[in-house]
Amino acid sequence: MKAYLTKRYRFSASHRLHSDELSEDQNWVTYGKCNNPHGHGHNYALEVTVAGQVDPRTGMVYDLGALDAAVESSIIKRFGHENLNCLQDFRRIVPTSENLAKKIYEILKRELSHVTLERVKLDETSQNSFEYAGDAELRH
Amino acid sequence: MIYLTRKCEFSASHYYHNPEFTPEENQRVFGKCNNPHGHGHNYTLELTVKGRVDSRTGFVIDLKDLKEILNREVLDVMDHRFLNKEVPEFAKAIPTTENIAVAIWNRLGSKLKIAELHRVRVYETPDLFVDYYGEE
Repeated sequence: MKAYLTKRYRFSASHRLHSDELSEDQNWVTYGKCNNPHGHGHNYALEVTVAGQVDPRTGMVYDLGALDAAVESSIIKRFGHENLNCLQDFRRIVPTSENLAKKIYEILKRELSHVTLERVKLDETSQNSFEYAGDAELRH
Repeated sequence: MIYLTRKCEFSASHYYHNPEFTPEENQRVFGKCNNPHGHGHNYTLELTVKGRVDSRTGFVIDLKDLKEILNREVLDVMDHRFLNKEVPEFAKAIPTTENIAVAIWNRLGSKLKIAELHRVRVYETPDLFVDYYGEE
């Protein structure tokens, strides 16, 4: 029996959307208020979905404690309460939620052993969400 | 194809225990969830069915019928119950969120005459849920 386990985590961070390949005017047109040079913040909500067979001995797809530990150490500690633009991860990449979701997926793909990482979903606000599943199509 | 989702809630208690494990193993694997007196959750079930729209009614499925099936097969069975002791599926299977989702799918599968089960989603807490799409 294959099932999909999702847990939601939260972290707060600031960022500024700006591309050095665009002119000042183009940055303003493209990013609007998100181009404020002082940055702005979000309470991000991150859903991590892992998939696998339900272990008949434990009734679980994956040990929640192990999932929490992996997300805490590799994601929350790394991005929580940070200015994303100051991080090495975003030296050359605009820290949009698209890029952040993709980055989080890539980090967790390496961190989570013995289980398939299905997708990550990042809520930037209550109205904007970004999902990434690597090369796979998302299942809803 | 239209996907229709109906949501309902039920409150239940459970605990996690495998009689084939030693007491130490049960404690190590399940932690506080191994408390034999149980602990509780307000579960939310999101049931998604799929089907074509009936041209006469405009429905994929009559929601009154779906609600009745959910009441009979899920809420009457699990709401305000101690899952380990009162629900037949959990006499042997551990009532984890995964196994609850599978049990609900198996209960509902044969009961839907119109529309087809697409997904059972069970929230154990607002931040933790399991999706089950049937055998794959």
